[in-house]
Amino acid sequence: MNTQVVNLKEHINPRDGHPKSPGSGHIVIEDVEITFGAGAERNHAVTRTSLDIKPGEFVCILGPSGCGKSTLLNSIAGYVSPTHGNVSVDDRKVVGPGPDRGMVFQQYSLFPWKTIRDNIAFGPKVAGRSTVECGSIANTFLEMVGLTKFANKYPAELSGGMQQRVGIARALANYPSVLLMDEPFGALDAQTRLVMQENLLNIWADFGITVVFVTHDVDEAIFLADRVLIMSASPGSVIADLEVPLPRPRDPAMAISEDFLELKKLCLERIRAESTRAFEQQNS
Amino acid sequence: MTISGQSSSALKDDQTPLSEQSSTQTEQDAGVADVTINRNLNEVLPIRNVFASAVAIIRKHALQTSISVMSLVVGVYLWHLATAYKVDLYINFQNVPPPLKVWSAFWTHMGQADFYIHMAVSMQRILTAYLTAAVLGIVIGVLMGRSRIARSVVYPYIEILRPIPAVAWIPLAILMWPTEEGSIVFITLLGALFPIILNTLHGVEQTPEVLVRAAKSLGASRLQIFRHVILPAALPSISAGLAIGMGVSWFSLLAGEIISGQYGIGYFTWDAYSLINFPDIVVGMLVIGCLGTLSTYAVRLAMKPFLAWQKRSR
Repeated sequence: MNTQVVNLKEHINPRDGHPKSPGSGHIVIEDVEITFGAGAERNHAVTRTSLDIKPGEFVCILGPSGCGKSTLLNSIAGYVSPTHGNVSVDDRKVVGPGPDRGMVFQQYSLFPWKTIRDNIAFGPKVAGRSTVECGSIANTFLEMVGLTKFANKYPAELSGGMQQRVGIARALANYPSVLLMDEPFGALDAQTRLVMQENLLNIWADFGITVVFVTHDVDEAIFLADRVLIMSASPGSVIADLEVPLPRPRDPAMAISEDFLELKKLCLERIRAESTRAFEQQNS
Repeated sequence: MTISGQSSSALKDDQTPLSEQSSTQTEQDAGVADVTINRNLNEVLPIRNVFASAVAIIRKHALQTSISVMSLVVGVYLWHLATAYKVDLYINFQNVPPPLKVWSAFWTHMGQADFYIHMAVSMQRILTAYLTAAVLGIVIGVLMGRSRIARSVVYPYIEILRPIPAVAWIPLAILMWPTEEGSIVFITLLGALFPIILNTLHGVEQTPEVLVRAAKSLGASRLQIFRHVILPAALPSISAGLAIGMGVSWFSLLAGEIISGQYGIGYFTWDAYSLINFPDIVVGMLVIGCLGTLSTYAVRLAMKPFLAWQKRSR
């Protein structure tokens, strides 16, 4: 019994025993262009974009649907290779998906035939860790997202918010240097989304991990991010790179602060101008 | 560190009855020594649950089951009436053996060792053919689902060979296979193969791409993705294919056993046919029907543990 208590304490901080090498999670996007199809069907999803995302930074990519923000994220994840240019993480060129970059999807990405525990332990398991190690990592992250009681349930038995917490825990169980999130809270109701945003900020603060978060929700982007990148549609490109001046830790009450509202106004204006332009372009 | 802000209803529901048990489990989960304790707990509960759920299932299905039994009784009685009164309304029952005669023929055969040999030989052929078809079908189906080249190579064969009835294979099977047994098993195997291949292919194609992507980003290799993602995702469809394949293999077996010179329930039926022994024909038909149903049920039962997650997902 004693050893178990010690074990529990040892693992209560996920960072213990897995110190992130300082300064890792540095994402560099150099002159990236991504096109799909060919000929008349040729579609410029992302056009000549360069970005430098610092280690430990929380960056939100904000834009209307179809602007290529997910495509840009997928190029960091390694699902899409750029037609031109380079994506690298910590000076290593991205050539495919890998466990150094954790990915959280919008929804329904948990393995429905695996229990919550086995979903979380999947990364360590395929990395060849022992059953005991996998179990202890799973327990650590179950506790972190407050789902220890649900360890032996199947994903479909959990609410949408809980499922997304499992999704985050599963991605983090590999101790990645970068966490990529593709509208992870988009399918949740407004209240759950707020709670999830705070949860995520706590986790981010504990891990000191680089987060790239795609959303079309202006409030969400400003509340979470150090930096908001606004993307425009056709051709998809970053049209604004805004620092968020709000202090940390963030508090939901900041949503009515002057700085917040000013930034929100700026974002909305930019998006509106772009949406109008894209709309006119489509109709002409 | 712990996140407990979430206050969804599912959380609340579980909190009251399980709070005591789960808090002890939390402590146990942290260590290794607790595995046995957890297992004991998990083993004791299901035994009680199995009894409770069995009773519940019988109660729940009591009405349906009794209706089905009644339906069978009425059907046999109508059969009896039709033969007793030698009904001849376009469909002619004059020479159809009555159920009692069939039953007495069945009862006589039950007392003879040969009858069991017929059944045992058939079941052995089914088992050999079916297991081979299952392995081949799943492998081919998966390959077709994951490789466009494999698909293009195999698909035309499946499309052309699939509509050919088992009986049509008899002459070629005799020519091709060195032994009689080989050709019977071959014909039976062909019947089961196509539904298994096509259902496996369908299941593999249905695998949600987001799950494959998730597995890739978690560092899984191709083999691990196959083992942990594609196979389980395809399993509901594969299991349906296996059940259908079992049914089809029984009626292919009947065709195959035309070749057989001695044993097999299909041979038994054909033999009765050539001797114009009508009650035995019906006995053979019903035995095939019953064995087919039982073995399909056995396949479903065998697949059940692998699909437990599906039930809980509903």
